[in-house]
Amino acid sequence: MTVFNAAPGGRAASAPLLGHETEPTMFELSVPGRASYQLRTTGVPARPLDQLVPPEHLNEDVVNLAELSERDLVAHFTRLSHRQFSADLGAYPLGSCTMKYNPKFADAVAADPGLNTVHPGVPAELAQGWLELLVSLEEKLCAITGMSAATLQPAAGAAGELTGLLLMRAFHGANGDVRHRVLIPDSAHGTNPASVTLGGYEVTTIPSNDRGLVDLAALKAALGPDVAGIMLTNPNTVGLFEEEIIEIATAVHDVGGLLYYDGANLNAILGAVRPGDMGFDIVHMNLHKTFATPHGGGGPGAGPVAVSSRLEEFLPGPRAAPGADGVFEWRFPPRSIGRVHGWHGNAMVLARALAYIDVHGGDGLARVAQHAVLNANWLRRRLEKTLPAAYERLCMHECVLSATKLKDAYGVRGLDVAKALLEEGFHAPTVYFPLIVDEALMFEPTETESPQTLEALAQAVERIEQRAKDDPDSLHRAPQSTPVSRVDEARAARHLIATEDAASR
Amino acid sequence: MADYLPHTPSEVESMLAFLGMNSLEELFSQIPAAVRLSRGLELAPGQSEPDVADYFSRLTRANKGQSAWLTCFAGAGAYDHEVPAVVKMLASRSEFVTAYTPYQPEVAQGVLQAIFEYQTLVSRLSGLPIANASLYDGATALVEALNMASGATGRQKMIVSSGVHPHWRDVVRTFAGGTGHEIVEVPMVDGRTQWDRADLTGAAALVASYPNYLGVLEDLSVAKGLSRAHDALLVVAADPVAAGVLKTAGEWGADVFVAEGQPFGTPLAFGGPYLGLFACSTEQVRRLPGRIVGETVDSNDRRAFVTTLRAREQDIRREKATSNVCTNQTLMAVTAAIQLGWLGTQGLREVATRCAQGAHYLFDEARKIDGVEAVSSAPFFREFALRVPKSAKDVLRSMCENGVLGGLSVDELCHGPDPSIEDGEHVMLVTVTERRTREQIDHYVDTLRKAVR
Repeated sequence: MTVFNAAPGGRAASAPLLGHETEPTMFELSVPGRASYQLRTTGVPARPLDQLVPPEHLNEDVVNLAELSERDLVAHFTRLSHRQFSADLGAYPLGSCTMKYNPKFADAVAADPGLNTVHPGVPAELAQGWLELLVSLEEKLCAITGMSAATLQPAAGAAGELTGLLLMRAFHGANGDVRHRVLIPDSAHGTNPASVTLGGYEVTTIPSNDRGLVDLAALKAALGPDVAGIMLTNPNTVGLFEEEIIEIATAVHDVGGLLYYDGANLNAILGAVRPGDMGFDIVHMNLHKTFATPHGGGGPGAGPVAVSSRLEEFLPGPRAAPGADGVFEWRFPPRSIGRVHGWHGNAMVLARALAYIDVHGGDGLARVAQHAVLNANWLRRRLEKTLPAAYERLCMHECVLSATKLKDAYGVRGLDVAKALLEEGFHAPTVYFPLIVDEALMFEPTETESPQTLEALAQAVERIEQRAKDDPDSLHRAPQSTPVSRVDEARAARHLIATEDAASR
Repeated sequence: MADYLPHTPSEVESMLAFLGMNSLEELFSQIPAAVRLSRGLELAPGQSEPDVADYFSRLTRANKGQSAWLTCFAGAGAYDHEVPAVVKMLASRSEFVTAYTPYQPEVAQGVLQAIFEYQTLVSRLSGLPIANASLYDGATALVEALNMASGATGRQKMIVSSGVHPHWRDVVRTFAGGTGHEIVEVPMVDGRTQWDRADLTGAAALVASYPNYLGVLEDLSVAKGLSRAHDALLVVAADPVAAGVLKTAGEWGADVFVAEGQPFGTPLAFGGPYLGLFACSTEQVRRLPGRIVGETVDSNDRRAFVTTLRAREQDIRREKATSNVCTNQTLMAVTAAIQLGWLGTQGLREVATRCAQGAHYLFDEARKIDGVEAVSSAPFFREFALRVPKSAKDVLRSMCENGVLGGLSVDELCHGPDPSIEDGEHVMLVTVTERRTREQIDHYVDTLRKAVR
């Protein structure tokens, strides 16, 4: 067995947080009369407001925000940042989320005033650089997924899903074909069924077989002329490749249905296999996962949707396209479903993704997937004695392990392991998902973690196992070294305090 | 050969050996050979960062519309406001930028508390008690508001003022394709919504815009009265900067407030990422879309924050969830909290006042030009529509040649005529923010004078 030295290379990638003192809110820090804003001297005549706007529109009471000095504002948000784990700080093996390193270069590209000071409503001739960028990204995303055209408007993966379902609807509708159901495996992300409902379809859930894959017989039994399509994640949320994808695609296409590819796990297959070649008709990508745009603590993301040629005419518009004389222009597809975003999507995220793709090129993207899969399998194997995998075989970019052994032996649950990892300075894996695995702990190390970091992570898990033997109660109380200890979630829901002004506060 | 992988060749070899493998290829043996991509991706090989940077600087120079070259008088939901160094620097702290969704609250108090503060600020600006943790943008926030109205009333009919931004109306129609909502658009006359022209029977919601996209301040008490009479929700799509001086949506009696939050610290950025603000009355809290952060305590009884009312959300409720939203626009919400912290009570009031002063000064000066007139006689706040004697598109092109982004033509914004605007070909939307000086406004008027000559 190769064991990589966990120090010093590994410890650098785990970091307990600072910030153990409760931080006051900005409203608690506020002192009436303090201010930090400074505005430009304009020379514009300062006519009183009541000469400009009729009195019935003016507010009677000033809306109170907070009143802070700039120094206090900086201290407050800097201290808050010390209470926040991030990918820049350490390993973030949160399964399904692809929390890889976000190259700073992409942020520098997006900070260019030539991109970020352009108004979205300017005529196309004043935004030629932007339109070229969008066209270039669309072409590259199509090359990566094996599709023929894409919309870049959806602002996140779930927005992409719903866009895809509306495209499915438009396609069937144009054929005069009324269909009611969309098939979804029981291992799917929750956004899939939620999007299906908003797309006006009913969900039919397909069970997984004992190998963690779609049960092909059950799928075939569920198929019929009222099936609009199927939504699949491949590799699926258990981290396994749907090996019968060709059979699945054929069966769904045979009843006139479409295949939707949920791109949450696209990182696993870059350069190895393309959704288009597997038979998918609609593909969404999470640029904030696969293409390393920073996730911002919960967004912004970007969820472009690529389609095969028979769906191109339904795409949202406007789309940037090269015109006759080398000038880029906006075009509405002939039977467009309409806009799915107020403007052109999360443009700055799109710019970052293009920078990432251009740096990597086709060869670099293939290496990304290879090393992501290598890391996940190494970690799965390294932890097999402590946290056995739910399905003991080769995985793709992530592995779903189970804490049932620790639970049965010591009463220590998956959540306890996750919380104890926070004390070790690592972010936790995804817990209790997918729902089909007991005590699931889903680790996605990503390709940017070194083997030393993986070894340090494995040793941290082993220390937790030792604690489970010696002092299981300490794990139920974990974490204690973090800015706050285990949080009372039930109380938050029972007694909602969502603002500073909540009466009960 | 550029990438960000840490592995040395010998490390890769050792790791493969640990797995009993000889090559990276073997890791992909689950994929059927028939679909494997044997030839590699049809993309150019990787390039170094400096090489890619050269390409991007060529691209950015082709954006003639950037603010260094054109003084921005365009608005329509995207405004050129001051964003100070302190906001840019705090909002670009990598702890905020490179975090994921706060699924582990013990190590995510920074983002969670910032969102709690953001929710408080949005609640106060909207005049409504509950705000969520953000949505994608103003347009998609409006879609969620209609879904909420449908859930609250059990009805499908949405009465939407034509004063709502044309892109937002388009987005609403797109998503109605899935939900089956009936979208009824109410025309405007002289910039004011003619609610009595629509059959309001069975309405789930009335959607008004404040100000509307022509900049007009409509008296929302009419819409409030009608929504109450028909037991429908009043949804107000607002300019959030207006709350610095004007009545809030809550004061007008709104049940739901949605807005484009871009004016709070987010650059123009070619339209995204922006920020969907969403607030509602207490009665609707269980139908709230997306995430909400609540205050609670930790096991040592210290104050802590956590995402709450999770039972509404897609990962728990699946096909019965109130919304499919998962990733939202948290970084923009944190940025808005920082920007509003910097502005403070007086600063927001000052910004709103200066916008109104600049817009009214320009409005008065522009109308002195022969053939340039107001589209509506109604009061406005910081944006207004002008009718010009030539094609608005041509007028704006000509102004651009003199360094002025003079506004947006209604026809171009709508990619065709807007039926609720008479003679839209000659109409342009103009806005003034607190960043515009008198000198710039005077230059605007000069170039407009020349352009319409």
